[in-house]
Amino acid sequence: MSADKAINITLKVWRQKNADAKGALETYKLDGVSTSSSFLEMMDQLNEQLINEGGSPVQFDHDCREGICGSCNMYINGQPHGPASLNTTCQLHMRSFKDGDTIYVEPWRAKAFPVIKDLVVDRSAFDRIQQAGGFVSVNTSGNTQDANAIPIEKDNADMAFDAATCIGCGACVAACKNASASLFVAAKVSQYALLPQGQVEAKDRVLNMVKQAQKEGFGPCSNTGACEVECPKGISLENIARMNREYLAASLSK
Amino acid sequence: MSLDSKIPEGPIADKWTNHKNNIRLVNPANKRNIDVIVVGTGLAGGSASATLAELGYNVKAFCYQDSPRRAHSIAAQGGINAAKNYQGDGDSTYRLFYDTVKGGDYRSREANVYRLAEVSANIIDQCVAQGVPFARDYGGLLDNRSFGGVLVSRTFYAKGQTGQQLLLGAYSAMNRQIAKGKIQMYNRHEMLDVVIVDGKARGIIARNLVTGEIERHSAHAVVLASGGYGNVFFLSTNAMGSNVTAAWKAHKKGAYFANPCFTQIHPTCVPVHGAQQSKLTLMSESLRNDGRIWVPKKKEDAEAVRKGTLKPTDIKEEDRDYYLERRYPSFGNLVPRDVASRAAKERCDAGYGVVDNDTKEGVFLDFASAITRYGKEEANVKGVENPTDAQIKEMGKKVIANKYGNLFDMYKNITAEDPYETPMRIYPAVHYTMGGIWVDYNLMTTVPGLYATGEANFSDHGANRLGASALMQGLADGYFVLPYTIGDYLADDIRTGPIPTDSKAFDEAEKKVKDEINSFLNIKGSKSVDYFHKKLGQIMWNKVGMSRNEQGLKEAIKEIAELRDQFYKDVRVPGSGDEMNAELEKAGRVADFLELGELFARDALEREESCGGHFREEYQTEEGEALRRDDEFTYVAAWEYTGNPSEAILHKEELNYENIELKTRSYK
Ligand SMILES: Cc1cc2nc3c(=O)[nH]c(=O)nc-3n(C[C@H](O)[C@H](O)[C@H](O)COP(=O)(O)OP(=O)(O)OC[C@H]3O[C@@H](n4cnc5c(N)ncnc54)[C@H](O)[C@@H]3O)c2cc1C
Ligand code: SF4
Ligand code: FES
Repeated sequence: MSADKAINITLKVWRQKNADAKGALETYKLDGVSTSSSFLEMMDQLNEQLINEGGSPVQFDHDCREGICGSCNMYINGQPHGPASLNTTCQLHMRSFKDGDTIYVEPWRAKAFPVIKDLVVDRSAFDRIQQAGGFVSVNTSGNTQDANAIPIEKDNADMAFDAATCIGCGACVAACKNASASLFVAAKVSQYALLPQGQVEAKDRVLNMVKQAQKEGFGPCSNTGACEVECPKGISLENIARMNREYLAASLSK
Repeated sequence: MSLDSKIPEGPIADKWTNHKNNIRLVNPANKRNIDVIVVGTGLAGGSASATLAELGYNVKAFCYQDSPRRAHSIAAQGGINAAKNYQGDGDSTYRLFYDTVKGGDYRSREANVYRLAEVSANIIDQCVAQGVPFARDYGGLLDNRSFGGVLVSRTFYAKGQTGQQLLLGAYSAMNRQIAKGKIQMYNRHEMLDVVIVDGKARGIIARNLVTGEIERHSAHAVVLASGGYGNVFFLSTNAMGSNVTAAWKAHKKGAYFANPCFTQIHPTCVPVHGAQQSKLTLMSESLRNDGRIWVPKKKEDAEAVRKGTLKPTDIKEEDRDYYLERRYPSFGNLVPRDVASRAAKERCDAGYGVVDNDTKEGVFLDFASAITRYGKEEANVKGVENPTDAQIKEMGKKVIANKYGNLFDMYKNITAEDPYETPMRIYPAVHYTMGGIWVDYNLMTTVPGLYATGEANFSDHGANRLGASALMQGLADGYFVLPYTIGDYLADDIRTGPIPTDSKAFDEAEKKVKDEINSFLNIKGSKSVDYFHKKLGQIMWNKVGMSRNEQGLKEAIKEIAELRDQFYKDVRVPGSGDEMNAELEKAGRVADFLELGELFARDALEREESCGGHFREEYQTEEGEALRRDDEFTYVAAWEYTGNPSEAILHKEELNYENIELKTRSYK
């Protein structure tokens, strides 16, 4: 396939034994990294080396390795998911780096995402925000109305889909100087706001989800837009504007 | 024990309705006193958890990821089938049933498949009501596309992220019940054993993956929705954590394991790049709607392409072999997966592969003619007169980008080649497992009170699954089948009361789990878990992969047993058991794969025929097509564990075809 080279790199990786321990950056040299490897395959190689040397491998979250589960959360050279745009860490390839590079790898940093170990953080706050209202209250019965009973304008359906592609990775929070979760919350609020099925519970949804986000310790939104730039799925700031409109309308009518 | 599939009496179209009318129900007040454990929160487990909680049961759900939203189902790309007949192209419940049985090469159970087809339409209604944003046309109605092995358009989709949208729908339904306290969610927990009390499944032992604590959880019934075991091959399109552990531990406790050798090798995946490769990436089957598959006609061209001295786009039309269109004129590029995969292997084995890796394996998937065709259509629609070739290409590319943009981006990202300009290079990869835990019509395993749903069971796809039918099955099981059939069993438990966890059965199960963990940690050998996993993968791929023969299978069985011995002598698992420890998690999973692999090869050896994804070289027609042997092998092979995979006992469930005539599959 493409020209495959081997490069030698230096890694500075955040190591932290557990939630209470104090962490620090450790330095590792890694030779012979194929430029066709993904970033996580490079991390596998590092771990293999650490295991063979009798050390302890770096703990990190990952699963799908194709940019859709939202597990992999590495802060690489000061950017969530590293240098490439519209990319998750697992989709980043080593051809983005050069022989001799030093690469910094850290976990997401936010009060609401405490570190569990090394690069692994606790993102359960995101689940609790969804539990506060990220659903339509419909039971499974087998006699719901026919799926084509309510036509939905294509533009709205497409916009709802775009908002719904959020993978819950938390890069938006990691990128934000206030550690705000606005883009994440707005993506869900928007998806339902754009669909007829979401209307009935729209007001409670936005109020409850925003309240929960505050309770979890995520900061306020100051419209800097860093989240949009770092979001691997290109969730747009328009969603935050839509959420703010929904929020205002809901607050006024309550 | 003889196998009773519990298929209800009566004509096929009435079986499910009659059955639902006749099974026992649990009244709502009593459901509050009944606990159900669901292991896995992908489409199958997520939908089951939400529905059981809505019905009133207390649900405890488990997943190994940090959130149910990250289950492997999230990665499904192409779509979900349903017999809605919105396109008016002649689709019906019967046709979906027929296509699925035929696609599965006549090795699935008619009654189950019919029920699946029957409830398929409800799934789409339910998902739309939840706010799942399926693709729509300009009239605002739901859009459809076609998948392999069928002649109608019945696949619903959300761009290339259908699994994501469906899973987030099930996740939202779960969240509603978690907020109500009806589901207790245990994230970052791995089930390591089933607990059987007085012959019934009454709980599980799970490891808290953050603290390492070994926990006891009890319930009146246990549902396994833990996904497929494709990772026994090390390289597959499955998520890194996908495993057989939950299913295998259940097998060791008495659940029969059915048709382990029925594995789907998906024809269109990005080829292997090198030794560091950790997983393979699928390029959705939907691409075969528009992509044409070919290799060069001349070996010297193939070699020049591999060396990089000849560009594929410079190979003349007459020097290309569109081998699927040549061999299967009526289905062409849309033949089922097993057929397409074997045809690719056949060309590469003959020396026409186009990828420069160790095995020279790869074929082209080309969009050039689709780009031109769509470009011309667009020019007509937009009224562009005498468009230039460049204009046509530009417009055509836009149409393609709209349909498959995210897949093209993904491909470019991995390979650094631009599929709008040069054909994709693809090769088959392990993708899905049709085999799994044996279940009866009620989705109950051979252990009373233990159920299996989704990819974890063996039920509906026979020897080959059609595209877009796994999502359908997972949601059918979880939303519409299990929540009702389980009531029939639980009706006996309304007065049982909570199941205590201080019994002997729990003590023993917990001790076994702890001992196993300690044994991994104490080996302190010289090789990593991945070393063994990769070795196992090589044996599986080379000898139990796309084509199999007696000698290779016998060798594989021996080699896997040897590798297993070596694993227990020489694996190195760093760290301890009472902390987060990914290597320890992997060790447990690989240990189970090392046992499953052997049973898998035995099953393949025992099945002396070719059917669906199982191809035995000894059994093929003169044209190289799969040769089924219906007289002897029209059965489900259900294996009983007796202490060692090599001593497993084979039980046969005969398959009776009353509504569909057994025929040789033909896609010519
Ligand atoms: C790349 C890709 C694309 C696909 N595209 C399509 C498609 O377009 N259409 C289609 O129909 N099918 C598709 N499939 C197949 C389909 O996605 C799967 O078969 C289906 O999603 C499986 O769902 P499931 O709920 O059974 O299991 P999974 O989604 O795999 O979920 C398994 C669950 O079990 C949990 N689990 C596993 N083991 C344990 C344990 N020991 N303890 C606790 N929890 C455990 C996991 O945490 C997870 O929650 C695709 C598959 C792949 C790999
Ligand atoms: S909005 Fe974007 S960055 Fe934030 S969680 Fe969703 S996908 Fe990740
Ligand atoms: S591992 Fe799933 S998004 Fe990166």
